[in-house]
Amino acid sequence: MSSKTTIYGIFDDEEILLSSVKEIRAKEIEIKEVYSPFPVHGLDKALGLKETRMAITAFIYGCIGISLASLMIYNIMIVDWPQNIGGKPNFSFYHNVPSFVPILFECTVLFAAHLMSITYLIRCGLYPGGKSDSPDVRTTDDKFLMEIEVEGDVSSVKDILKQTGASEINEKQA
Amino acid sequence: MHKESEIRDPLILGNKTYHDISKDIARPVEGKANKYWWILFSLSAALMLWGFACMAYTIGTGIGAWGLNKTVNWAWDITNFVWWIGIGHAGTLISAVLLLFRQKWRMSINRSAEAMTIFGVAQAALFPLIHMGRPWLAYYVFPIPNQFGSLWVNFNSPLLWDVFAISTYFSVSVVFWYIGLIPDFAMIRDRMSAKVSPMKKKLYSFLSFGWSGKAKHWQRFEEVSLVLAGLATPLVFSVHSIVSMDFATSVIPGWHTTIFPPYFVLGALFSGFAMVETLLIIMRKVVSLESYITIKHIEYMNVIILLTGSLVGTAYITELFMSWYSGVEFEQYAFLNRATGPYWWAYAIMMTCNVLTPQLYWIGAIRKSFVWTFVLSIFVNIGMWFERFVIIVTSLHRDYLPSAWSMFSPSFIDIGIFLGTIGFFFTLFLLYSRTFPVIAQAELKTILKSSGSEYKNKK
Repeated sequence: MSSKTTIYGIFDDEEILLSSVKEIRAKEIEIKEVYSPFPVHGLDKALGLKETRMAITAFIYGCIGISLASLMIYNIMIVDWPQNIGGKPNFSFYHNVPSFVPILFECTVLFAAHLMSITYLIRCGLYPGGKSDSPDVRTTDDKFLMEIEVEGDVSSVKDILKQTGASEINEKQA
Repeated sequence: MHKESEIRDPLILGNKTYHDISKDIARPVEGKANKYWWILFSLSAALMLWGFACMAYTIGTGIGAWGLNKTVNWAWDITNFVWWIGIGHAGTLISAVLLLFRQKWRMSINRSAEAMTIFGVAQAALFPLIHMGRPWLAYYVFPIPNQFGSLWVNFNSPLLWDVFAISTYFSVSVVFWYIGLIPDFAMIRDRMSAKVSPMKKKLYSFLSFGWSGKAKHWQRFEEVSLVLAGLATPLVFSVHSIVSMDFATSVIPGWHTTIFPPYFVLGALFSGFAMVETLLIIMRKVVSLESYITIKHIEYMNVIILLTGSLVGTAYITELFMSWYSGVEFEQYAFLNRATGPYWWAYAIMMTCNVLTPQLYWIGAIRKSFVWTFVLSIFVNIGMWFERFVIIVTSLHRDYLPSAWSMFSPSFIDIGIFLGTIGFFFTLFLLYSRTFPVIAQAELKTILKSSGSEYKNKK
């Protein structure tokens, strides 16, 4: 039985990394993960990652925000304690809504921004004091790292990495 | 890859590599503070403590410690509040609006501009808090059930809109700032050796939330930044519009004008950019970031100052015209008195610093000079403070009955609190400049190839 080996191909340049990712995927070798110091344009498509749904969550959270804010204002201003302020009585939400617009807007933004950011942190597994699982500390500085898991013969994968421009190749026995 | 016209000037000078960027931005955090930092820090901290003492005195004795009287019952407190909120506007404009417009020059300055926003809004928030007299009852401004029965806040009131706008603006700015900071804290964490500085390493590990830079995380990061920018853009415009409604929805001649929301928003951007320039021109020298904050960045900001300054000038003239055109003698008197009455000097300072001196930026040599920019940015800061003072005090000091007419003179405590917030602001900013990655280095690395001088020369 052959054991699993993890190969780390390290690149110096994002354009070389990008072309290497494309070639390796064309050869149907599965790339487990890519670590980079900054967002590389087009890398998500090259890796075949699905589109993220963060924007959709923001929309949903915004809808929740405006609904809760409407409910709150309706209860406070119309139901619980209707007042006649400056000859403009608070008898119906519909007639008084213009002066509630600023707060409805602020609550929409408040909910959308905060809840989306919390969702982002949870989905990425980021939390205060979390541990980084990057195999090489240089990936936050200037190196791009491609992680490939291979069963059995590693030399062919190493060759492709070398050919496509990796500046350094390391391996780790699982 | 980003494509860019070759005739555009580079935004990153010197032959920088990705590693150089990390090194340059981590340097202030890893190194020791120099003499100038300590001098500035001691001065700011002393001023801050003095301000705190004045605030404590106000809370202990009451608002009577200020120079307010029955006629001018709102003066420096609200002037300072609006001034600080306005300063806070450039940060989100740079980080959000310029992100939506894909302006690459924002990358070197957005982090510091956002820091300025957060610290500026914090100063602003102090003023309503002190003005309450009993700040421990501040929770009354929130719609929470309380022990006095159905006593609720009034959702028709612009003052409550202000509470919601400023708390939303502050918290969303902090979140936007922090989401961008995570990868940069991770860069600093990974540079630190656990042997040499174990405490620092632990601190930055904590702050960086375990960021590792995975492809999926970056994909989400970019989308989250874009959506936050999309949310923050209308937020910026709403906040100062709402601040202006504190005045515009009243019936005081001089305040009761429909032009206020756009006029205040423009003024806020104008003063915010001036404060960004004041801070960055000092900071680029103190922490050696001359390669990243270049004269090109300053010039772009000067163009925005020229534009917003001219628009603010147009608003001043429109106000004068409208008061004459309205045919209402109270309106006409309010504006005539503003320009020629006992506060003519404040009006003159406002007009000079906000409308006249920024016009010097039409001259290329002045627009591309650090010294000129620094001096003119201070002028704008002063001018914008006086704009708020003019709007607030001159509209109040001539009351409906001439027997109630009066003038305002600030007390010792008024001045102390204002100077204290300046000290507090600079203290926070100086601490930030030594502990935070002051440039969004991950984002900056994405434009190195399109806007770095070395790569441009190769083409």
